[in-house]
Amino acid sequence: MLSLRVPTPTSFRRLHAGRSRLSRDCLISYSPSFVNRGVRLRVRSTKSEVVFTPTEEEEEEVTLPEELQPELMPKHVAIIMDGNGRWAKNQGLQPWDGHRAGVEALKEIVELSGRWGLQVLTVFAFSTDNWIRPRIEIDFLFSLFERSLKSEFQTLAKNNVRISIIGDSSKLPKTLLRLINEVEEATKNNTRFQLIVAVGYSGKYDVLQACRGIAQRVKDGEIDVDEIDEGLIEQELETNCTEFPYPDLLIRTSGELRVSNFLLWQLAYTELFFAQELWPDFGRSGYIEALMSFQQRQRRFGGRKS
Amino acid sequence: MAELPGQIQRMNGGINQLLEQIFGFSRRCLFRVISMGPIPNHLAFIMDGNRRYAKKCGLEEGSGHKAGFSALMLMLQYCYELGIQYVTIYAFSIDNFRRQPEEVQSLMDLMLEKIKSLLEKESIVHQYGIRVYFIGNLALLNDQVRAAAEKVMKATAKNSRVVLLICIAYNSTDEILQAVKKSCINKLDNIEASGSCKHEDTDSDIEAKDMENQEKKIQLVDIEENMQMSVAPNPDILIRSSGETRLSNFLLWQTGNSQLCSPAALWPEIGLRHLVWAILNFQRSHSYLEKRKKQL
Repeated sequence: MLSLRVPTPTSFRRLHAGRSRLSRDCLISYSPSFVNRGVRLRVRSTKSEVVFTPTEEEEEEVTLPEELQPELMPKHVAIIMDGNGRWAKNQGLQPWDGHRAGVEALKEIVELSGRWGLQVLTVFAFSTDNWIRPRIEIDFLFSLFERSLKSEFQTLAKNNVRISIIGDSSKLPKTLLRLINEVEEATKNNTRFQLIVAVGYSGKYDVLQACRGIAQRVKDGEIDVDEIDEGLIEQELETNCTEFPYPDLLIRTSGELRVSNFLLWQLAYTELFFAQELWPDFGRSGYIEALMSFQQRQRRFGGRKS
Repeated sequence: MAELPGQIQRMNGGINQLLEQIFGFSRRCLFRVISMGPIPNHLAFIMDGNRRYAKKCGLEEGSGHKAGFSALMLMLQYCYELGIQYVTIYAFSIDNFRRQPEEVQSLMDLMLEKIKSLLEKESIVHQYGIRVYFIGNLALLNDQVRAAAEKVMKATAKNSRVVLLICIAYNSTDEILQAVKKSCINKLDNIEASGSCKHEDTDSDIEAKDMENQEKKIQLVDIEENMQMSVAPNPDILIRSSGETRLSNFLLWQTGNSQLCSPAALWPEIGLRHLVWAILNFQRSHSYLEKRKKQL
């Protein structure tokens, strides 16, 4: 299978799909794809049955929904996936059914994020506060996480997705820890999209471990106390695994109007969006609504837009 | 006949006073009803939208901030009447220094004027017995404003009924950075001091060594006690006016579990109804949160 792929100069974005004749019996049709994806060309000849089509990986539809503008898309979105338990209760199911539905919702959002050109997606899977939940629920959550990671790992790796896990891993089961290390190691060179999963994470814990790291460096004589600045703290935070540690948009589902100790330092200038739906119901339409709201906001970072 | 305008004025004045008394009375009744439920202990405000208000009403530059100050005084009055003990306001961010120098200067002048007015006898400080704190990197302010701020803090140090925390030249990341620096310095000093005492102790068993290592590590409380905002508990509600839903580097550490409200009204337009709405929402989720806090 031949695929014709050319880098897209910006003016190509304004091209509409079209067709033109190469020769009397040969048609060429082209459709511009989303940024960085190139132009997809199909050559069909009436004489022969040969059709040159893109390779399998590029078959997927990559155009943004028409409500969203490509130049205003955020680079990094963070999501607090709240409401699985309530969803299960509303449906008359057990809490773990809610978490299973939550994983399905997450798969959809990860796929959409990759397709729509986001660079990083951070999801809050398990907080330090969640340790108080019943043991049976926690064990289920970790085994669900392990199973999902094993089953989705190949697909994500094939799609050039980098997976990173942040949080206090000391209390996680050993099998999960081994799997996490394997997955992180195997995908660390992937560049198209990064999925960061926060497990056993809290914003305060992140700042605390950064502080400890800095203190150790000061003690070892590597840096002076006066040299400690915001950049240094940023380097020591767990989000140093990505080029874009500051989310542009934070989405929290289930209508709660709180940040609940997720990504403290990194949320300084993040736009917050509170969705009413419970996480398993969030889906594509909720995501579009959140992104539309983000695109309409005026971000000033303390300065002035005159 | 010449007395007529004067009489009308006096009547107007009388009617105004009467109306004020009626409103005040109804407000106090409303507050008594709301107080049946839990009242937040600490409220924080991001006073956003002053300039947009001035533009909207066709006023000159700078008068938006003056209108904002009047709105602030009104909100403080409502909060303290309701029994809220701590109020924090975001007066000036370190990022705001990046604005045009003329605007920064006029803001500094306005703040100096208002800080000085807090010391007057008729000010709200004396009316409610407010203890005032100025939180932020005060070294970034000019000498006059800093001196005035320190004077107010000293003068109100003995007040204990209610507290007002004014965040000026403040950034949450800067606050955390200073706390991290202080924690590092303190810990290193502690280690040095204890290290010189434990020189000859070579027979310590593993448990003691573990504890020692734990003590050497910086803990969460070390950072928290070095934060400037440690003089107040965490805010229960954070209200940002003008409809923007972001924290803008304000109280990031302290608002982890705070309820966030973002009414669409610009700051000078903020009123009683926004405050009441925020508190009613707080009361709705309060019992669930208290249960979670007890579990933790």
